[in-house]
Amino acid sequence: MNVIQQLILGFRSLMLHKLRSALAVLGILIGVTAVIWLVAMGEGVSYQAQQQIKDLGATSIIIRTIKPSEEANSDSGSRSGIAYGLLRSDYDRIITNIPTISAAVPMREISRDVRRDEYVVPAQVIGCTPEYFSINRLPVARGRPLAASDLRGLENVVVLAHDVAERLFPIQDPLGRAIQIGTEFYVVVGVAQDRTAAAAIGGSFSARQYNRDVYIPLNTFQKRIGDRVITVRGGTFQNETIELNQITAVVDDVASVDTSADIIRALLSRYHKTLDYAVVVPKELLEQAETLRMMFNVLLLLIAGISLVVGGIGIMNIMLATVTERTREIGIRRALGATKGEIVQQFLWETVVLSGTGGLLGVAVGFLCGPTVQGVRLAIESFLPDVWSTLPPTIHQLEPRLAPWSIIAAFGISVGVGIVFGIYPAQRAANMDPIEALRHE
Amino acid sequence: MSKAEEEVPEPVRVAMVRDVTKVYRLGGQDVKALAGVSLEFKQGDFVAIMGTSGSGKSTLLNLLGCLDRPTSGQYLLGGHDVATLSDEDLSRVRGRYLGFVFQSYNLIQQLSVVENIMVPLSYQIPVRPDGRELSTKLATLVGLAGRLDHRPSQLSGGQQQRVAIARALVNNPHVILADEPTGNLDTATSNEIMELLDVLNNTGRTIVMVTHEPDIAKRAKTVITLRDGLIQSVEQNRS
Repeated sequence: MNVIQQLILGFRSLMLHKLRSALAVLGILIGVTAVIWLVAMGEGVSYQAQQQIKDLGATSIIIRTIKPSEEANSDSGSRSGIAYGLLRSDYDRIITNIPTISAAVPMREISRDVRRDEYVVPAQVIGCTPEYFSINRLPVARGRPLAASDLRGLENVVVLAHDVAERLFPIQDPLGRAIQIGTEFYVVVGVAQDRTAAAAIGGSFSARQYNRDVYIPLNTFQKRIGDRVITVRGGTFQNETIELNQITAVVDDVASVDTSADIIRALLSRYHKTLDYAVVVPKELLEQAETLRMMFNVLLLLIAGISLVVGGIGIMNIMLATVTERTREIGIRRALGATKGEIVQQFLWETVVLSGTGGLLGVAVGFLCGPTVQGVRLAIESFLPDVWSTLPPTIHQLEPRLAPWSIIAAFGISVGVGIVFGIYPAQRAANMDPIEALRHE
Repeated sequence: MSKAEEEVPEPVRVAMVRDVTKVYRLGGQDVKALAGVSLEFKQGDFVAIMGTSGSGKSTLLNLLGCLDRPTSGQYLLGGHDVATLSDEDLSRVRGRYLGFVFQSYNLIQQLSVVENIMVPLSYQIPVRPDGRELSTKLATLVGLAGRLDHRPSQLSGGQQQRVAIARALVNNPHVILADEPTGNLDTATSNEIMELLDVLNNTGRTIVMVTHEPDIAKRAKTVITLRDGLIQSVEQNRS
């Protein structure tokens, strides 16, 4: 008999007990669906993280100033304030000493209110060089980005982030008009394109909000705002001196990212007594996220695999009952010339039909993952708004992503489970004595 | 039946047992179901095996059907010494040289009439491409032309036994073994089935039938009576 005939025969034999077979199929269906859904959710979550990390650029190395711990800087004298972080000389050293680096952007940032007439917008003032826009892939929608001449001439010019521009200039065209940061006035020369948040990097856990930024030339920043930051905390003045908050270096080749990062670490450690900086490689973050995703998938697969094994036990149970019930048929077939091997085959095909049907239906239900998640989300949102608001944003935005490999794996495992759990009942059928089997009532 | 040594060239000998014994161990005791039986079957024979229960007739039929191996002795079928064959070869020999008709018909419930007749063909190597046509022809031959797609549960006992007989013919066997073929049937239907077997025998089929009904046994050409595992008598009914 060929495969199709075997499958048809198996199907018809299973139709002798429709409910029983359907329950066995259901067990496998749930297992396969569990694999596909869990993996899809996992992929959805990690895809979000990966997209954010990718925005930082795979060839870039980010060196960030971090505030050293209290003990480490207690000796540096509290009256004069503390000085920490990356230095302008660090930038020069990196750019001159490491040939693999094709571009680097020093950056200084501070939170300030930005004003125009009666409009006040809390913003992040960023001092940077023209390369900042290209390296961060931040196109300027209108006007122009900062220029090298702006830095040289210590010009009071500013590029506004999309949101800031909208809020300061709800009606007018911002280009050519002045805004006020602190006591200084700056002329708006450009407006950046709308940009969503990027992943958190280094010491900061919050995602980078590009939409609150205003960009001024780094040299202007140094001149007008200065390195010193004075904050009032608990009635006492705190006095910090920071030259640069971040240096973003871009290497020309992905392969040299890791070695370049190592050289930067070595270079900086010679000039910094305390660890007041962090070297972050988005590529490493990406790799970490990838590893995490793999581990997550393995875990999910394990959980789902357990449900498949349970489904397999269901199949074995049913096949054992079937074999006992069809002892007579086995005896007849043996008398009519079937070998043990052919009996094993026949019953294995039946389990393959069971598990294969369960697998196919499971895959079909697997494709309903997206709509189901959407539906559940909608149901929680409308019936349990309190619960909804307490859920983290990851859940709010979760878009399950069907992984093709999970569909293939789930189906393959289900058929495999069917075969493995079908072998014992099939062998039991084959090993029956034909004379006894024929006599069986 | 004549002894093997005095065999005449024709008709062709299809099966032969020589001095077979079968010993079962039951509760630590050896029970001799067959104590040394020698028989020969030629093409066109119609043999009825009779005997009380415990006489060894079922054991003999199981041996002839290659469902069991003798404890000692020889069984030659289709050029094989069955006693020495492996389980797989036994299956192949059953499928190639033997046809079975059982008392309780033993049809497979989920299959139609034609499919039941085809079952032995599915274990033949190579597969016959014309299995369905052949089975349909045989179903017509046994008088079931209008019921090809019926399930066994939709047929009467006599009709089911006709299906079983057609199934026993499909592989063109050397010997048809019938185990109480009319045991579950009323007299009228029994006669119909026996007439069908007569017809088959007249077209050259070799039939070995076990029965305990003398009326049925009378319709065979030869009646062998077993007692305590030995042949008690061999009678010829018709010349």
